[in-house]
Amino acid sequence: MSQAVVDRLQTQFGERVLETSDAFGDHEVVIAVKDWVEVAQFIKDDGDLQMDHFIDLTAIDYPERESARFDLVLMTRSSVTGARIRLRTHAKDGEEPGTLSGIWSGANWAEREVWDMFGIKFNGHPDMRRILLYEEFVGHPLRKDYPIDKAQPLVPYREVGDIDKLPPFGIEEGQPFARIDWESRLAGGDSQVSPAIGVQQGQRRTLSDSEVAQQIQARIDAQMAREAEAAQASEETAEEGSGE
Amino acid sequence: MRLNMGPSHPAMHGTIRMVIDLDGETLVNLDVQPGYLHRGFEKSCERGTWAQVFPYADRLNYVSPMLNNVGWALAVEKLLEIEVPERCQYYRVILGELARISDHFTCNGASAMELGAFTPFLWLLKVRDWVWDILERETGARMTHSFGRIGGMAAPPTATFKDDVLRVIPEVHKVVKETEIMLLRNRIFLDRMQGVGVLTKEQALSYGVTGPMARSTGIPYDVRKDHPYLVYDRFDFDVPVGEDGDNWDRFMVRLEEIRQSVRIIEQAIEQMPDDGPINVDDPRIVFPEKSDVYTTIEATIAHFKLVMEGLRTPKGEVYSFTEGGNGELGFHIVSDGSGTPYRVRVRPPCWYNLAAAREMLLGGMIADIIPTFGSVNMIGGECDR
Repeated sequence: MSQAVVDRLQTQFGERVLETSDAFGDHEVVIAVKDWVEVAQFIKDDGDLQMDHFIDLTAIDYPERESARFDLVLMTRSSVTGARIRLRTHAKDGEEPGTLSGIWSGANWAEREVWDMFGIKFNGHPDMRRILLYEEFVGHPLRKDYPIDKAQPLVPYREVGDIDKLPPFGIEEGQPFARIDWESRLAGGDSQVSPAIGVQQGQRRTLSDSEVAQQIQARIDAQMAREAEAAQASEETAEEGSGE
Repeated sequence: MRLNMGPSHPAMHGTIRMVIDLDGETLVNLDVQPGYLHRGFEKSCERGTWAQVFPYADRLNYVSPMLNNVGWALAVEKLLEIEVPERCQYYRVILGELARISDHFTCNGASAMELGAFTPFLWLLKVRDWVWDILERETGARMTHSFGRIGGMAAPPTATFKDDVLRVIPEVHKVVKETEIMLLRNRIFLDRMQGVGVLTKEQALSYGVTGPMARSTGIPYDVRKDHPYLVYDRFDFDVPVGEDGDNWDRFMVRLEEIRQSVRIIEQAIEQMPDDGPINVDDPRIVFPEKSDVYTTIEATIAHFKLVMEGLRTPKGEVYSFTEGGNGELGFHIVSDGSGTPYRVRVRPPCWYNLAAAREMLLGGMIADIIPTFGSVNMIGGECDR
């Protein structure tokens, strides 16, 4: 059953299927990283394969391997035929494979975890945040060169007033003590650390008290402007209602 | 309005933070943030021997640790290409199904309790305790048993094992019946469960949802049926499926699965041989008898080698999966031929089930988070690892 999937991929992609294996009964197809998204889309959409059930996506680190450091492994299953297949590709450090989150929704979290644990970014991923660890974490722990007993810097309590967390919500999450330098990130910066750590490590200058006060005032002003706008809007609708 | 729910919130089971955008009481945007219970399971596995993973595996899904134990043992056994003796396979099945019963009891009981029905919770936990009494008698521990071994189990079944199980099974039936009488005609319960937290079949497949949650949407996928392991192909049992994928279906699928687990246990007790070996006969894999370790040099050396170096596995990579309490529990292990795993990836069913929770919650009311999140049965130890 699963062998049929391997055969189908071989006829469809020919030499682009680099390797196949059925060691220990797990059927596997190795492809190049540039074909990653295309083959994944194919196994999902093809009428014979219909690999519609996402199972897992993970990575394996081989730091000594010169050609490509990481193995990316995708496992899928067909809810129609019951066949399972494992797709594998080799990615260099720093290379950005395409995201599969548009094909299977489950890949969204799986890819975020791979980024978190291995530092592999996925091209086109809608929300490439760390997921299990926190943003100030230095390094990617499942890489083989990350020592298991490595200590992380202590993340100090945030005093800066204007930094919030999640990009999907913009900077207005309502949690002034969140620790990420979203302002810098939303402005296109690639800062991985919080402003407080940035200050510690000399990446960011310390804000003076007056600057902090300014930022807080700006927030208050913005909030008041929004409230005034909302009040005006509700007044207008009330007037319209009374006019009728 | 933006609201932070959790991680210290009783309904978030202690380990999940949700950032919620509200319009009135309706959820318009939602971000689920796991990770508060991350302990580095996968990294920790890379520095011990294969056998030293068992205590960690226990602490993945701590509501049904026996299923994880067996899952890990099966994964390494697949790599070693060995099969445990028949008596052990039945033993694993029975202990695993007992663990599944306790898992579903906990989830359904907690779901009911979170909606204010405290009595069913206490009644279900009463029987869960009796199930745990059996597990305690067999393994020595109520929750984190560390009872699995590569190539067998830590100890053979006790002399009263079958009688103990047969004594508890009628109580399981009884309390399931009582739960049904108490809850299934309760208007408040129905209103909170039916049509709430709906997940479609397509969404479930796309998100990688498995287990009772996938079955509640109508996907008849059960690893025990589709890819039978151990001796599951010898039992006659049904895979209950729902239709709507709402909280009600998830609740009912779990209740029915308790009954099916009881069916499996009854058949397994009947078929299980009363004597015969529990462990494979291979001193390179299985620890020698403790009495021999103290009296013979061969066993002392074997014990020393197994503890200090660990058993050697062939070089290779396998993915082995079993039906855990929440769905497909997979172990993807890579071996470089040494006594230590090169890489261990656990595919936690909760992880993908939780990822789908966003779809189930969006557009609903804020109060719906509690029953819906409860019926996802997120187990922090397994989700965050």
